[in-house]
Amino acid sequence: MSSFFSYLINGISLGSIYAIIALGYTMVYGIAKMLNFAHGDVIMVGSYMAFLAMGSLGLPPVLAVLLAVVVCTILGITIEKIAYKPLRKAPSLAVLITAIGVSYFLQNVALLAFSANTKMFTSVIKLPPIVLGDGSITISGETQVTIVACVIIMIVLTTFIKKTKAGQAMLAVSEDKGAAELMGVNVNGTISLTFAIGSALAAIAGVLLCSAYPTLNPYTGSMPGIKAFVAAVFGGIGSIPGAFVGGILLGVIENMSKAYISSQLSDAIVFTVLIIVLLVKPTGILGKKISEKV
Amino acid sequence: MKKQINLTKATKSTLITVGMVVVAYVILQILVGAGALSSLMKGLLVPLCIYAIMAVSLNLTVGILGELSLGHAGFMCVGAFTSAFFSLCFKETMAAGPRFLLAIIIGGAAAALSGLLIGIPVLRLKGDYLAIVTLAFGEIIKNIINVLYVGRDEAGFHFSMKDAFSMNMASDGQVLINGAQGITGTPNDSNFTIGAILLVLTLIIVLNLIHSRPGRAIMAIRDNRIAAESVGINITQFKLLAFSISAGLAGIGGVLYAHNLSILQAQPKNFGYNMSIMILVYVVLGGIGNIRGSVIASVILVLLPELMRQLNDYRMLIYSVVLIGMMIFNWSPKAKEFREKYSFKRLIAKKTEKEEA
Amino acid sequence: MKKLVSLCLVLAMAATMLVGCGANEEAAQNSAGTSESAEGAVFKIGGSGPTTGGAAVYGLAVQRGAQIAVDEINAAGGINGFQIEYNFTDDEHDPEKAVNAYNNLKDWGMQIFMGTTTSGPCVAVVEKTNEDNMYQLTPSGTAVDAIKYANAFRVCFSDPGQGTKSAQYIGENKIATKVAVIYDASDVYSSGIFNTFREAAEGYGIEIVAAESFTSDNKTDFTIQLQKAKEGGAELVFLPIYYQEAALILSQANSMGFAPMFFGCDGLDGILGVEDFDTALAEGVMLLTPFAADATDELTTSFVGKYQEAHGEIPIQFAANAYDAIYIIKAAIEKAGATPDMSVSDLCEAMKAAMMEVSVTGLTGTEMTWTEEGEVNKEPKAVKIVDGAYTAMQ
Repeated sequence: MSSFFSYLINGISLGSIYAIIALGYTMVYGIAKMLNFAHGDVIMVGSYMAFLAMGSLGLPPVLAVLLAVVVCTILGITIEKIAYKPLRKAPSLAVLITAIGVSYFLQNVALLAFSANTKMFTSVIKLPPIVLGDGSITISGETQVTIVACVIIMIVLTTFIKKTKAGQAMLAVSEDKGAAELMGVNVNGTISLTFAIGSALAAIAGVLLCSAYPTLNPYTGSMPGIKAFVAAVFGGIGSIPGAFVGGILLGVIENMSKAYISSQLSDAIVFTVLIIVLLVKPTGILGKKISEKV
Repeated sequence: MKKQINLTKATKSTLITVGMVVVAYVILQILVGAGALSSLMKGLLVPLCIYAIMAVSLNLTVGILGELSLGHAGFMCVGAFTSAFFSLCFKETMAAGPRFLLAIIIGGAAAALSGLLIGIPVLRLKGDYLAIVTLAFGEIIKNIINVLYVGRDEAGFHFSMKDAFSMNMASDGQVLINGAQGITGTPNDSNFTIGAILLVLTLIIVLNLIHSRPGRAIMAIRDNRIAAESVGINITQFKLLAFSISAGLAGIGGVLYAHNLSILQAQPKNFGYNMSIMILVYVVLGGIGNIRGSVIASVILVLLPELMRQLNDYRMLIYSVVLIGMMIFNWSPKAKEFREKYSFKRLIAKKTEKEEA
Repeated sequence: MKKLVSLCLVLAMAATMLVGCGANEEAAQNSAGTSESAEGAVFKIGGSGPTTGGAAVYGLAVQRGAQIAVDEINAAGGINGFQIEYNFTDDEHDPEKAVNAYNNLKDWGMQIFMGTTTSGPCVAVVEKTNEDNMYQLTPSGTAVDAIKYANAFRVCFSDPGQGTKSAQYIGENKIATKVAVIYDASDVYSSGIFNTFREAAEGYGIEIVAAESFTSDNKTDFTIQLQKAKEGGAELVFLPIYYQEAALILSQANSMGFAPMFFGCDGLDGILGVEDFDTALAEGVMLLTPFAADATDELTTSFVGKYQEAHGEIPIQFAANAYDAIYIIKAAIEKAGATPDMSVSDLCEAMKAAMMEVSVTGLTGTEMTWTEEGEVNKEPKAVKIVDGAYTAMQ
């Protein structure tokens, strides 16, 4: 029973990281209607920034995280300006391929800049673990912070979108770009803002990911990136609570199937569940129903 | 009389595409014969056919059927493993020629069948959701093959999903599929001639399909599903037809792949979503729905990183920049303006204008 | 139109590359054709391995390790008075790309092939080197099939060799009886060692209480595998994997409060060199490895010093294997009395015969000799990490 509980906690923690990454996917998708395949690599850049800030510059963890967030935000906006903005009117497949190009680009720049050698990431979290049930369950500091951070981010983001003007503008753009522009919404600015928020979240996710699983190389971001993408679709892409639910569920299913079925088949099981969910609810768990126009 | 000689536009276009491949084949064969081709190029001839077949078959799904598939490498994987398994089983007991022919048929059929089975649930979905489900299926196929162990001894075949040890084979048994270590010792039956023949066959199948009645029905579904349905086109049937043909052709690409190397492993690199996306890149760059373009684009993009080998460390970096650059050049409004300003047609037009004036 | 223009652009680029290649080829053919005159003749040694992608760390290590040996030999006057020309190219850890890389090296005029770095690609390439009858020495391709032809040899141990030796060492020295294994099922090296370890384990009175695997897509979270090992009551966890994952396993075991003994193979070497790794976590880890970067003998210190100076990193075992590989090639050429004007096939035959006679002392072994199957005879050293450094075990 105690081992079940620790599998569950670990699953939720892993799922929280997926959820934070998935938020980036889902927001960008909602607004720009594009799958930003380079998102996973922004995570990697964020982790390297935090790593360098703590290692070479000797900054305290909080400042290191802040630096990572700033760098990733700028990176996100730059990528959008250079690679995606010229393609706003292009078919979505063209943008998808550009995103893949950007992903390769970031990986290869990181490979040249930081070398292929795996770096050991020093955890930014110094909380003591919580020990429950006379030592049979330990919840590490990283797990606690990851779960709490995910919940806070969710709440802040939802409030931001509901209560602020910029948030409402985001909703408007995602609903109908043309109409929003007519109503005086700065569409380009809103899209930039979305990329900025998504990339900042990616930086936080990167730091949390590398704190919990402390190795770092130029390809660190790609697998969590693709999993988070699946999580976003799982929950209903374009929906913020959907990303949260999808991320957590994905993490728990992955961990449980690793523990009780087969560690080699866990991905296959995750994907099978995804397919079943989509067949029953074609737009994901919390996705909007699309009505068909004739 | 004259009317009969006149070819339809469609047949002409098919002939040009097929002719292009045949001419390229003849030229390359002459070059090989004359020893003018480098070893690198000689080694690349079969992969070029493989990727061209993959791109053409994916274009059938993406361009003609109009559905985005991110799991095309999964079908390639099915074709590769079934055919390699077959070839390995009959390595000693059959002559190379008929064995490879059977392997191609088996690989293609198995992939087409898996395409049909996967297509039934998947094609109910639309757009990006369909894309992600095909990606999921591709990954599932890869994952399952990675835990599959098959061996053979006197008592027959043994299977396991855990490891080679739990098959309980006799000590002289031979492990045929060794989980993630895959299949080793597949006979190297692929060669450029067979590759070129299969590519031509693929082109003829796809182009004929496009220009046939079912093909027009499929394109009608792509352009307006509801209108197509209302004129009595059986949507599911035609979608499945296109999807499984596309999968079957990808399977044939897989057969060529498996018989070109002596080791076959299902890794993220060759049968994962990375490969599916790579092939999608060929299709998009060649022009969605443009079959000839798929062939040309796949040839260029396979050659590009290989020819950049002197650049060493910067090779993949430059490749990614080229990829982004080409997309922006093709689609950005500013680049469009630029192209219009300086395009050949315009320049020539200007010149003639001046001359006229 | 727009597509036409972009395709033209690419074609133009490809064409310039082709021309570049063509020029190279000519040069290669020239050197092959005119190398009868001894002056200016060189031994062309090619190598391949992943220098991009997830396995880049191994390919780069091989590339750099071999480069140091080549520079040393060239500075000392070359082999039999001939300089070495060395070319290393990327195979992306992919069998198909490895064949391309090999063909590319052939176009360059390669006479001796030092590669490939990883096992899977090696199985594909050995087929081609056998066709061409080119001498091949892999520094680190461990799979049995990687050197299945007579023209291929290796510097490292084979997978079965390591599995059996590990079981033997654990059993004979009575280190533990209840053992858990965590291995990478998607990796040939790791699952190869695991399979032979399990076959051998029973004979040495070792009980495997948990055999847990992971895959290359899922190698960040090991808590479940560790939990199972813990529940199985394992006294020792056997890690036939590479050091990056091992570093994670050690730190995750530590945060779980699980402290068994850890035992690994040569893939674990490098763990102390991981940047910012808390070496206290690796305290007491035992490994069978032919190379330890902080050994104090003159050869190792000089090699490690040069490597660090050039690349700012401590070399891993792959680099040491590659360094030795170049010296082994040198020894074989000298024994055979070969010269660069010999054809690839003649060179291979001469070196094949010489390999049976040479005995080389390098970074990864003393007095290494080779069998006809291409396997190396050398003793693995068992080392234990004490106070953040490797110490020899008896």
